[in-house]
Amino acid sequence: MTATPIETDFGFEHFAIGFVDILRRSGLVVPVGRTLTYIDALAAVGIANERDVYWAGRATLLDRPEDTLLYDAAFRYWWLQDSRALRDEAVEIETVTVAVDEEDDGTDEPDGQDGEQDHDGDIQEVRFSAAEVLSSKDFAECSEAELAEIFALMEVLSIAGPFRESRRQKRTNRRQRPDLRRTVQLALKSEGEPIRRAFVAHGERPRRIVFLLDVSGSMEAYARTLIRFVHASVIGRGRVEAFTLGTRLTRLTRELSSRNPDAALLRASAAVADWSGGTRLGESLGLFNDEWGQRGMARGAVVVILSDGWDRGDPEVMAEQMARLHRVAHSVVWVNPLKASPGYAPLAAGMAAALPHIDQFIEGHSVDSLHNLARVLLH
Amino acid sequence: MSSNPASVASVDELTEQLSAHDYLADEGLATAIFLALSLERPLLLEGEAGVGKTEVAKVLARWLGGDLIRLQCYEGIDVHQAVYEWDYTRQLLHLRTAEATGAATATGADDLEGELYSERFLIRRPLLEAIAPREGERPVLLIDEVDRADDEFEAFLLEVLSEYAITVPELGRFTADQPPVVIITSNRTRDVHDALKRRALYHWVEHPDFDREVAILALKAPNVSSTLARQVAAATAEIRSYGLYKPPGVAETIDWAQALQLVGADDITVEGADSTLGALLKYREDQQRVRGVGLDEVVAKALKITG
Repeated sequence: MTATPIETDFGFEHFAIGFVDILRRSGLVVPVGRTLTYIDALAAVGIANERDVYWAGRATLLDRPEDTLLYDAAFRYWWLQDSRALRDEAVEIETVTVAVDEEDDGTDEPDGQDGEQDHDGDIQEVRFSAAEVLSSKDFAECSEAELAEIFALMEVLSIAGPFRESRRQKRTNRRQRPDLRRTVQLALKSEGEPIRRAFVAHGERPRRIVFLLDVSGSMEAYARTLIRFVHASVIGRGRVEAFTLGTRLTRLTRELSSRNPDAALLRASAAVADWSGGTRLGESLGLFNDEWGQRGMARGAVVVILSDGWDRGDPEVMAEQMARLHRVAHSVVWVNPLKASPGYAPLAAGMAAALPHIDQFIEGHSVDSLHNLARVLLH
Repeated sequence: MSSNPASVASVDELTEQLSAHDYLADEGLATAIFLALSLERPLLLEGEAGVGKTEVAKVLARWLGGDLIRLQCYEGIDVHQAVYEWDYTRQLLHLRTAEATGAATATGADDLEGELYSERFLIRRPLLEAIAPREGERPVLLIDEVDRADDEFEAFLLEVLSEYAITVPELGRFTADQPPVVIITSNRTRDVHDALKRRALYHWVEHPDFDREVAILALKAPNVSSTLARQVAAATAEIRSYGLYKPPGVAETIDWAQALQLVGADDITVEGADSTLGALLKYREDQQRVRGVGLDEVVAKALKITG
């Protein structure tokens, strides 16, 4: 029951719907039901007071703090008629999308081996034979066509483990804890005599996996491929979280949870503002610890960092943040695409600082190495 | 419907009522609570531990005069811990008694089963408690730390919250004649399911700003002088910016102010802060971190801000 049945003067709902439209165009997902709640909320607080209108929208249209900036800009634009408020934001978002679109023309990057620029016809054959070669090939040396093959290989990659004991209980035949509920039910069948007894034991559930993908400039050749691996695990397994590290920290779990990889990647890249930007690995790790890790997301989880370890920040910050992460996580796996290069030693300052706080240090330059990662994650 | 929420006509009035019951809400939180009451929707509060999410449910119960019913979530919580359970030991006893007295054969299996699954052997857990018809004001249902429960449970919760009705197969349907005020809290260790979010109103609770924290100290630790309270609030705000493992919450600030007052400090000092730091920071690494930066710096900043 609404408290103050303000007479719905004409235009009132129009205002609300118009505002929601602006929000949607800035990239926010607003289900229809929320719009209706928003209208009810405006009716309850009235629209006389800017503050009430602002907070009514925050309470009904948003459901995560990350969207606050977007909301604020749209609010200034629509309710306070500040036409500049949105333009800046909108322009920023657009350039990001463009910069990140998958169309690289395939011109700047090809070769490694004779880049077979085949058109239809024979493709099928090439695929089968290529699979084996491709699975050990370094992503950075692949042509666009080969990458497309690799993406297909990657979609069938699946991660099952690791598991941990759950507090949710399941039936068992082992004589552990008695299951009184079922024992009583069974007793009824035998005229009240509890002849057959039932038992329960702890179940198992997948441990949370947190992927932290480095999207800075030095990782460019790998990040776009690795993110497909991350996507495959987000949709394939459940209890997976994904973030990108770069100059800032961006959470991608929601964006990556669409089944269509291209749509998911498009949305993800729109959300990440710093593809191929600079690297402040230690600092963005710190942000992760502050905002997510220590609140519980990393607690007891397997944290997988996909990065080459190049960090322009202070190595001490890196060491400290890795230590913090390692303290709460169940285990920390570092996947470094450079590790496969002959003669590689983890000398980059960031990498060296991080090394003492890593449980597993593995390669991540090819499909094979990602299969290996999937195996490592099983335990 | 119920008298109290309807008697508050504006957000400001609600803020006053809350503060009269010892809770200082900022305007965002007050608006969210106001809307939750007027639209009769659950309110989902997210934020770090210690920012006062749970306290919202407590103050609403105090103010509205209804019972506070708390469901603490944890991994593996299921219907039998959240809604209802049968009292199996008593059921078994009842069976044996019926058998021993020969009643079992006299009454027949069906009647015996009917006896077993009657309200007499029903244990009401928080959700059923909140929904079952009751005397007096509508209760406040606090679903605490919902992010600790698993998705299966959330789906079930959603069902309860959209209809305010629960069916116990053996007994029938329980429907709330006045839906409870529902406060859901989460530390955001994972995302709460979208469907549940759609059903609820949302507010992200921040640490209080300086002025509010001073006001909270005045309210919750009246024996602490206002000078010391201001210094403590400033020092705490500074310490929260250090990227600690567990940044101090409001409760810790209050403890710290009281500890400082107990050791006889009129003003915050390095020695006083050092000896009482355990009241504010509960992790060794955090204490090391703050001492590493230097308590003298913290104290100097606090004194500078408060003049």
